[in-house]
Formats: sequence, C-alpha cells, structure tokens
Amino acid sequence: MNAIKKILGLVWIALGVAAGIYLVYFQALPLWEKGGNDLVPAIIYTCVLAPLISIGMSVFGYYSLTGEFDNV
Amino acid sequence: MSQKKQSLAYIISASSVGTLIEWYDFYIFGSLATVLSTKFFPTDNPTAAFLNTLATFAAGFVVRPFGALVFGRLGDLIGRKYTFMVTLMLMGGATFAIGLVPSYATIGGWAPFIVLTLRLLQGLALGGEYGGAATYVAEHSPAERRGFFTSWIQTTATVGLVISLGVIMLTRSSMSKEAFDDYGWRVPFLLSIIMVGISFLIRRNMEESPMFEKAKKEGATSTNPLKESFGNKLNLKFVLLALFGATMGQGLVWYTGQFYAQTFLLKICNLDDIQTNTILVIGLLLGTPLFIFFGALSDKIGRKGIMLAGMAIAVFAYRPIFDKMYETVSVKNKEVVAGSEKIEETRALNAKSTVDSLITTTTTRSYTDGATYKKVSKLVVLADKSAEAPKADVKETITINDSDKWTLIGMVFLLISFVTMAYGPIAAFLVELFPTKIRYTSMSLPYHIGNGIFGGLMPAIATFLVTTAKDSNKAAEEAGQVASIAKPYLEGLNYPIALVSVCVIIGIIYIKGDKKHA
Repeated sequence: MNAIKKILGLVWIALGVAAGIYLVYFQALPLWEKGGNDLVPAIIYTCVLAPLISIGMSVFGYYSLTGEFDNV
Repeated sequence: MSQKKQSLAYIISASSVGTLIEWYDFYIFGSLATVLSTKFFPTDNPTAAFLNTLATFAAGFVVRPFGALVFGRLGDLIGRKYTFMVTLMLMGGATFAIGLVPSYATIGGWAPFIVLTLRLLQGLALGGEYGGAATYVAEHSPAERRGFFTSWIQTTATVGLVISLGVIMLTRSSMSKEAFDDYGWRVPFLLSIIMVGISFLIRRNMEESPMFEKAKKEGATSTNPLKESFGNKLNLKFVLLALFGATMGQGLVWYTGQFYAQTFLLKICNLDDIQTNTILVIGLLLGTPLFIFFGALSDKIGRKGIMLAGMAIAVFAYRPIFDKMYETVSVKNKEVVAGSEKIEETRALNAKSTVDSLITTTTTRSYTDGATYKKVSKLVVLADKSAEAPKADVKETITINDSDKWTLIGMVFLLISFVTMAYGPIAAFLVELFPTKIRYTSMSLPYHIGNGIFGGLMPAIATFLVTTAKDSNKAAEEAGQVASIAKPYLEGLNYPIALVSVCVIIGIIYIKGDKKHA
C-alpha cells in the first residue's frame, strides 16, 4: 500500500497542476474577457478554486510521495 | 447515570438549538435572495448587480474558512463555550441588522455594501459555529457513542433549512404579496433576534468542555493553534487528508442533494416554486432521521465505510436520479389536452413617444396527466431603434400531478439519504482525527473548505455549467451542426462527480479503517 501511495503522490501533483491550468486558462480566462456578472465565476475559479485545488493537491501529493502517509 | 444522561441530553439540545438557529440565519438570505435583490441590488446599477451575484452565490460561502480560522483559534485558546457564544451573537446580530437596512431607494449605494458586509459576517460566524458545537458535543460524549451524539448536530443544517422555508412560507401566507414585498420579507430576519436570545439564555448556563478544561488545568492547551495546526507537517497532513479524503466529497454530496436538487427543479426543470419547496421539505423531513441512524451505525461499524459508501453511491446514482427528475417534469413526455392551449398578448406600446414599449405574451397549456405549463415572455421594444434590441425575458413554469410529485419526493429522499451517509458520521470522524489542544482550529478549516467552498459554490457552478452546455448546443444548431451534448441539463453534475470520485479514491487508500471509530 505504501508503494501505491508513493506512485499516487505523483498523480495528485499532476492532477493539481492540471486542474489549476484547466480552471484558469480554459474556464476563467474567457469569463474575464466577457466581464460583467461573469466576473464572479471568473474570480471564484482564479482566486479560490484554482489555488485551493492546485496547491492543496500538490502538497498532499508531495506528502504522499515523500512517505508522510506511510502507515497512517 | 441518569444525571449524566440528562446532562448530556441538555448539552446536545443546547448546542444543537444554537447551531440550528445559525443555519436558519444563513439560509434565509439565500431563500429570500430574489426579494433582497430588488430591495438592495437594482439591475440597472451594474455595480449593485455584480454585488448581488457575489452576495448571493459566493461571499457567504467563501468567507466561511476564514471564520473557521478566526474562531477556531479562539476556541482552542480561550475555550469552546465562549467562542460559540460569540459566533451565535455575531450571526444573530448580522441577521437582525439585514432586516433593518434601509433599501437602495432610501440610502442608495450604501445599501448593497452594507448587506454584502453583513452577509460576510454571517459567513464568518457560521465558520466558527459548527466546529465549536461539534467539538463541544464530541468532547462530552463517551467515545463508543460519539457518532450517535454528534449526529444530532448534523441534523441542524437540514432542520434549519426546513424552518427557514417554513417561516418564509408562513410570513408570505399571513399577508398580501404587496405587503410581503414592501416590509414582510424583513420579518424572518428580525425574528432571528428572538431565537438567538433564547439560544443565548440556554447556552449561557453550559459548562466548558471537560477535555478542554482538563487540558487547560494541565497547561496542555496550545499557545498558537494556527501554527500548530497548519505550520506543523505532522498535523497539516491530517488537515489535507480530512479535506481531500472526506470533507470535499461530503460537502459536494450534501450541497448536490440538498441545494442543487432545489436549483435543478426550479431553474432547469422549471417546476413551480411552491411545488419545488414542498417536495424538498417532505424529502428533507423523511431523510433527516437517517442522520441519527448513520451516526449511531458509525459507532458500531466505523465512520470511514459509511461516509465513503454514501459518496461512492452518489457518484454512480446522480446522473440517473437527476435524469429521472428532469424527465418526470418535462412536458415533452406529456400529451396536451386538445384545445387547451391559450395565447394572450398584451402590448404597452408607445409608438410616438421616447418611452420603451413592452409586449407580454402568455402561453398556457394543460396536459392529460393533470400537468400544466405556463410561459410568460416579456419583450421590451426600445424607443431608440438604433440601439441593439434586448432579448425577450422568458419564464416557464410547470406544475405536475400528485403521482409525479411523489416520484420527485422519492428522488429527493434518495439524494438526502446519500447526504446522511456522508454527513451523519463526519463530525465524530473529524473530532477523532485531531488532538484536543488544536481540535477546534484543525477540524473547522477542512470542514468549511469542503462545505463552504467546494460544496457551497456547487449549485452556482453547476448551473453555470448547464447554461454553458445549452449555449454551446444552441450555437451548434444555429450553425447548422448537430448539438454535441446529448443531455445538457446533466452537465452540472460533472463537477461533483469528478471531485467526489477523487475524494472516494483518496479516502479508501489513505484513511485508516478500524473496525470502530475510524
């Protein structure tokens, strides 16, 4: 199980980075250009969800990769 | 023994009533959002309209984790009881104040800013309340029945929603529509001060948590809970595990089942609002006892299995359930009563003046199964012919028969049962994950990120995804292409399904599953 956790650590880091790019580039950017009320979801994607998922998942993945969750 | 039981019952009641009132306060804002928007956020003012969207869909939720940090820290420093007394007063004060704010017509641009600020205070208070109440009850409960006792706190959010809908419906029915729009909407906000007052009196006599008292006497409380919770790798990894392996999925399952179901029926299926609220209230009331059941069951077979099973079933069941809900309401599957269609058009034309004209077209239809359909289309014809013509404002409303209503109640009940599996044991699970000295802070943050941000924003994000999918299909059709998304109304579910799936995988692999209390 510990070996799986280490491999998954890389998966979570990759997922975090991919989610961040997807949310900012593909979701938020077109909304920033539209403006108006679309700024609300743009702000949420850019300032709340993207950093939360990308940083959170990456740190979680890093801990998993470095064995912090072994025997937890 | 009986003395202990009585005192525990008092502790649970006093904690639950306060938390329930806080949920009530938080929900009435959302339930009265339409009225509030007309009073404080006029659409002809772009800033006010923007603040309205922010206040209604995001502010109260996004600020919750900050409340968790501020009040969690206080709770670990000075005690659980005093902290959740403060959150109660803050929530009650903010809610009462919303009921007193003069409208935009009276004080202009200050009105939306004041209301938004008060909404932020509500979110902050809620962020501090739940962790305090759950920790307080858990620290009074025997370990082998912690799931059962804390599950009473878990029922408060659902009961709070039911009470908020009930108070609004009662207030509405006790006066004319004009009176409600004029001043009646303030009543549910103002009533809060009475409820908070009663709860304050009950909570005032409560004693501090025995575990916190013991830690305090032994000098084992934290001097810097934020640093110990999040600056320490040993604890931070559990905070992240609680978030990505439990509360993220639980929050999404909760908000999908309890709130998005309402948004879906109202805005995507166009079901009549009274029928929607009735279906929701009955479904919630039928499902609420399951919080206690699954909380108690988690004491016997462990927390992890029940929570993750609830999330996993939800992932597979969401699309069929929401599809069934849509098909049940959709008039495409119904047969029109011959000759029942009526189209009325009223025109307020001002051909020679500079005033815009309004054309209102009302279409009504009846169906053989007893359902009805009404479409009101309002088209503004601008006096300035050179300006771009605005799109017609179309509102469709469908009412369904009793049989279909019970089908929908059954669907909502299923959704709520997933909520109870994921949410019933989670307070006990979170409390058991962290040590006493930093428990309030450590459990509150992942809970409110999972529920406030991932869950709270879910209905708005999902509705946005559905609208985008519909627009994409429409654009394809206008370009003479085949619409690429077969069921655009289900697109909003992709958000919870994706994140809950990740949460279930993390939960299965990383969370240790003891036979008991795991």
